[in-house]
Amino acid sequence: MQPDNQIPPHPSPDGQDLTLPPGSPQQQEAARRTRRSFIVGGLAALGGVLGWRYLLQRPYADGTPQPFRRVLDANGRLSSAYFRETRLAREFPKSQAVKQVRTNGSAGLESEIDLAAWRMVVQPYRGGKAQEFTLADIKALPRVEMTTELKCIEGWSIVVNWAGARFADFLAKYPLASRSGQPVKDIANPPSDLAPYVSVVTPDEEYYVGLDMHSVIHPQTLLCYEINNQPLSIAHGAPLRLVTPLKYGIKHLKRIGTISFADERPADYWAEQGYDWDSGH
Amino acid sequence: MKQLVEKHPLAIRWFHWLNFPVLALMIWSGLWIYWANDVYRLGWGNTTLFKFFPQSFYQAFHLDHKLAQGMSWHFLLMWVFFLNGLLYVLYTFFSGEWRYLLPNRDSFREAGQVLLHDLGLRKTAPPVRKYNGAQRIAYTAVILMGLGSLLTGLAIYKPVQFGWLTRLLGGYEAARIEHFVLTIGYVLFFVVHVAQVVRAGWNNFRSMVAGFEVAEVPVNEVKK
Repeated sequence: MQPDNQIPPHPSPDGQDLTLPPGSPQQQEAARRTRRSFIVGGLAALGGVLGWRYLLQRPYADGTPQPFRRVLDANGRLSSAYFRETRLAREFPKSQAVKQVRTNGSAGLESEIDLAAWRMVVQPYRGGKAQEFTLADIKALPRVEMTTELKCIEGWSIVVNWAGARFADFLAKYPLASRSGQPVKDIANPPSDLAPYVSVVTPDEEYYVGLDMHSVIHPQTLLCYEINNQPLSIAHGAPLRLVTPLKYGIKHLKRIGTISFADERPADYWAEQGYDWDSGH
Repeated sequence: MKQLVEKHPLAIRWFHWLNFPVLALMIWSGLWIYWANDVYRLGWGNTTLFKFFPQSFYQAFHLDHKLAQGMSWHFLLMWVFFLNGLLYVLYTFFSGEWRYLLPNRDSFREAGQVLLHDLGLRKTAPPVRKYNGAQRIAYTAVILMGLGSLLTGLAIYKPVQFGWLTRLLGGYEAARIEHFVLTIGYVLFFVVHVAQVVRAGWNNFRSMVAGFEVAEVPVNEVKK
């Protein structure tokens, strides 16, 4: 639909006198339309400011106002719906991996650790007694080496050479994540009663992350014990850490203590402080 | 004869004025995010001409330590920015407004004349049909920039699920730089845009609010 009185080609109005004769019908029409538009515009602007302030003043949910948390969660659900385990994070030639891998934060790493006495504790999804695993148990699984980009939520990224066992291979050998005790044999067709969420906690319980099962059984999610073919240093999470290029660095928990499975999203250290729980890539 | 002529359709005025605060808040929350790893600069080797951004800038506007808040704002407002932009493009397409907005074969020559005129080096401005050549180029470019921000943003936001896009844009770090450069582009666009609006005067500004403009229309073109 085109308006009746459309703008015709015309010289640039620069410098022209465009005042309408006072009291003329055009001047009255112009004044009426101008007044009405500025009142509507002003009210809309006021409504926008008040609406935004209202959103910001809603009660907080994990460090962020409830409406913002809802949107973060909806974005997370949308990404899960679009997620395909066949989409892999880019892998780089090993030669591109950094020699000095940056560390950031020490939550969960501040207590003493006796590496020889360390055990990874796994609570079976169906209940019952927790099972303990040594580093040798993890190393007995197929060793997978990959060179991927670690992306910190702060904005920096580095290419790192990692090695470890696939989390999926661990769950294939030790069927602890499904109610019926079925192993994860094929990640494209996991058991139907597989737990939807996984919780990973440091031995001192100071740092903890929650993960969705899709990401956990992805072929690039590792129980990692080496960087640049060397055993992990204490600062990098010795003896065993989580690595998943499907998530920001905040989910790469160092020094795994306890793993458990859940029906609801497990607690997550940074999500409690206003960050997106999913934090997925 | 002076007439009221219709210039900006209501829908375009709404798209325009909604985009203004949304893009402003996207940039603001983007600064909160960028602060957490503020590594970009203009320079070479050890020489830095300008660091994005000086510490005083963050302090003056309290931009520090707001990464989580910045991300939560950014990932809510991205939807509004995207939907508003999409509706604008669809509207211009179906209403035929695109005819005024897309550059044509005269636009680049005209834009040169506009530039010379605006710099005071040329007496007359070229005739306009709603927009002059420079405006057509600028307003089309800024929409393409919006698409660029959307795509580079997606490449940073989901670099595995949209890995093909991230790779196409040159990788994760390159996509972040592109996203940042586009943002600087909006700020530059804004400075020129506001200066031009001030220069063009009230009649032009009012048309983006009230829709009409007063124009000198040759008598034989005035509709009875």
